[in-house]
Formats: sequence, structure tokens, C-alpha cells
Amino acid sequence: MNKKQKEQYLRDYGTLKSQGKPFFPYAVAKDSAMAVVVMAVIVAMAIVLGAELGPKADPTSTTYTPRPEWYFFFLFELLKVIKAPALVPLATIGVPTICLILLFLLPFYDRGAERRPERRPIATTAGIFVVCAMGYLTYLGASAGPPTQIDIPIPTNIASQGPEAVTNFKAGSQVVAQSGCAACHQFGENGNSGPGPALTKIGARLPAQAIQRTLLNPSAPMPSFSALSEESPEQFAQMVGFLAALK
Amino acid sequence: MAKLKLPAAPSNPLSSPKRPGKDYGPSGGLGHAGEAGASAVDWIDERTSLSGGLRWAMFRKVPKGTNWFYTLGSSTMFAFLSQAVTGVFLAMYYDPSATRAYASIQYINNEVFLGEFVHGMHRWGSSVMVILIFLHMARTFFFGAYKYPRELNWVIGVALLVMTMTMSFSGYLLPFDQRSYWATIVGVNINGTGPLVGPYLSEFLRAGPYFGATTLSRFYAIHMLMVPGAIAALMGFHLYLVAKLGTTAPPWVKAKPSEELSEEKVTVG
Repeated sequence: MNKKQKEQYLRDYGTLKSQGKPFFPYAVAKDSAMAVVVMAVIVAMAIVLGAELGPKADPTSTTYTPRPEWYFFFLFELLKVIKAPALVPLATIGVPTICLILLFLLPFYDRGAERRPERRPIATTAGIFVVCAMGYLTYLGASAGPPTQIDIPIPTNIASQGPEAVTNFKAGSQVVAQSGCAACHQFGENGNSGPGPALTKIGARLPAQAIQRTLLNPSAPMPSFSALSEESPEQFAQMVGFLAALK
Repeated sequence: MAKLKLPAAPSNPLSSPKRPGKDYGPSGGLGHAGEAGASAVDWIDERTSLSGGLRWAMFRKVPKGTNWFYTLGSSTMFAFLSQAVTGVFLAMYYDPSATRAYASIQYINNEVFLGEFVHGMHRWGSSVMVILIFLHMARTFFFGAYKYPRELNWVIGVALLVMTMTMSFSGYLLPFDQRSYWATIVGVNINGTGPLVGPYLSEFLRAGPYFGATTLSRFYAIHMLMVPGAIAALMGFHLYLVAKLGTTAPPWVKAKPSEELSEEKVTVG
């Protein structure tokens, strides 16, 4: 916007303003009506949906669902879109940071004088794209629950080791499923394909000790399982054994 | 020739007009109460000169064509006020310690009069506020209202959006049930992957390298003191700028000089 356009805008705005109505009571009446609607919606939601409380937080528990409030779903789903491990920091913080900087600086790089949405094709298209993307990612996040079931056929080498190994494998599978690993990792047909790497064949890539080290000392955003290893070493061992057997 | 009618004689020529400052409005107790109110307002105004600012803010004109989309900002503020009021009542019973937080929320839900209702209002009010702030931002964006001379107000608005999201993130932990605990752990860990400040930020949030006993009280302080104070201050500045610069007119409303002005122009030219 150059100086002439600025002055033109201020002049036009002054004309429109002088032809308008006073803020009180006209705009105040509209705002108050809207406030009543907002209050009614909040009260209705509080009555209908309530505020139920889940089970108490338990740091040693193995059954949890690390899910954010629904309006963070789009950020959470963004983590799953980008899969390469090297790019995960980019997805978690890089993309949101860049988007936020772009949002903050919007009036400084979009300096055109035009204000009508149909005459600002780039801005309007970008805006609609962002709205649709956020809506779609929120929908994805809402529909994708963390699976608590992992169906992986018992590997032949486990089956050949006898019934005890099979029982341990099944127990480990259950611990892994209940620990919510599938919220971020894929196990064959089950689980989400991100942000963590697929674990379908993790045993072929990492020995049991390395898996155990990662579980105790994971890289963010994965939570540590050191509490589980202290509280219930048996379950932890089953978990490691199960993961190491995935080949 | 028609005569002009004489004006009617005063009904009671002996009564003098009322003395100024005396017995205006209804007489008796109501009149005295009104006078007391007026003098109280005068007393305050003499010492603060607030009435000028109030008149400036309330009787400024809103441009032609302003529609219902322009109520989204004030409804966001109203949702914030609702959160503040319900939050104060929840804070009366809430105990931000890792061992007692869950029990105190249970107490609010089950024992306190209307406790679950107020808790529900606070919980769902946050969703309503987030939706409203996004709608308000979308209106500003699509109407091009962030352009000259309102750039600074857009920047403040984005800061308010970030703080609103911070509020909902920090509030999510407070009930201290399984959902909130594990979601917060993952959220804080995600923060930790950020460039440069990431690890420091998540350590600040956790109040240490691990999720410990002080984490909850830190989240509580952030949730009920730090961020709401900043939101209130920035909201005040946001509103001041709105009153000073005026709300935008919808971009498709054309400015036409009024009839009288153009007529004047013709006669002068």
C-alpha cells in the first residue's frame, strides 16, 4: 500500500464511519445478543456433556491413551503425515513454528490495498486451503482412536520354542497393545503409521538390548517406560521380548 | 385581514420557575436517589475524567454495513470472561498437588453444590472460546481487516490465539486423570523436540528433567495466573486499538459521499 492508497482508504473509511450508527446501543445490542447465545451454548454443553472424570493418573499404568483435546488434533495428526524419522522434529515443531511466524507477519508481507476476498485470489485460496486442511486433520484425529488390539501371527521360530515362548509372546503383545504403542507405531495391520516408525519388523533391525534401551530412554516425543520396568519388571521383559521377536 | 392569535397567558403568573439544580425529575425518595447517583458519578468524574473516555469508546460510530460477523470478537471475550468466573469458583475447591488434585476434582464433581455443572461450563467453555477465536480470525483474514492501519492489532490477536491454546494445553493436565496425564507428557515431549529453546521450554514446563510433583503446581500457576493476566492485558490493548482505529466495514461496502455533500459541491462548482 503506497501513501496515496493509504490516504484513499482513510478517506473512504471516514465516509463510511460517518454514515454509520453509534456503537452504543446498536453494536452493543448485537454483541449482547451474541453473548446470550454463547452463554446458552456453554450451559447446554455443560448440562448435556457434563464433566466426567477418567481414572486417576497413574505413572506406572500400561493402559493409557495419549490423546490431546480435540482442537490439538490437527497438530497431532500433522505428526503422522511426515514419517521419515529425520523429519519428525520438523513436523512437530518446525511446521507449526513456521506457520505461526507466517501468521504473525501476515500484515507485513500481504501489503496490497485490495480487501475484497474475491479479488485477493492467493490469500483467499490459501485461507480456504488452511481451513480445509485443519478441518480434515481434525476429522482424521477424531476418527482415529488408539488401537488396543495387536494381531500379529506367532512367528515360526517362537512357535518352535514351545508353549512357554508362545505364552510370553502373547503376553508381550498384550502389554504393548495396552501401553498405547499403537497410537504412534504400526504393527502389521494394526496401529497408526506415525509419528513413530513402524515396528512390524523391529526385531530384525534392533537387538533386544537396544530395544530395551530405547524403551527406557526414548527420544522425544515418546514417553519413557522406566516406570513400568521398575513397577513390573516381568511385564517389561515380556514387552521387550515381544518386540525383539518381531522379525 | 386575519388576526394573529395571541399567545395563551401563563397558567399561574405568580409561580417562579424552578431553581436550577433543585427538584428535577420525580420528587420524593426516587428523586433524591437519582440526585445522589448523579452526584456520585460527578464526584468520580471530577477526580478521574473517565466520562470523556467512556463517551469516546461507547458513542464512536460503527461504519455502515457492519453485520453479525462483527460480533465474533466480543463473543470470544465473553467466553473468556465466562472462563474467568467459572475458573475462580473451581479454584476455590481445587488443590494443585499431585496427590490430592484428583480427589479435589472428584469432590467438586460429587459434593459441591452445582460443582459438576460449573466444571462442565469451564471445560466446554474452553472449546467454545477456541472455536470463536478461530472464527474471529477467519473473519479478519477473509475481510482483509488486518491491513493498514490495523497491522498491530492482528499481531496482538495472533498472540492472544497462542495464549488461548496455551491455556487449554495447561488446563488439560489439571484434572489429573489418565487422559490428561499422558496427553500432557506427550505434549511436553513434543515441545522438547523444538529447535533451540525446545529442551529448555519442556524442562521449564516440567519444572525439572522429569515429570515430578511440582509439575502440576507449575501448570496450575501458568494456567490461572500467568497466561490469564497476559490475556487480559493484551485484550485491553486489542480493544483500545479497535476503539481507536474503528471496526472495518465489510470490504464490499462502497463509500459514497452523502447527498448533501455532493449537492454542496455542485452549487459551489
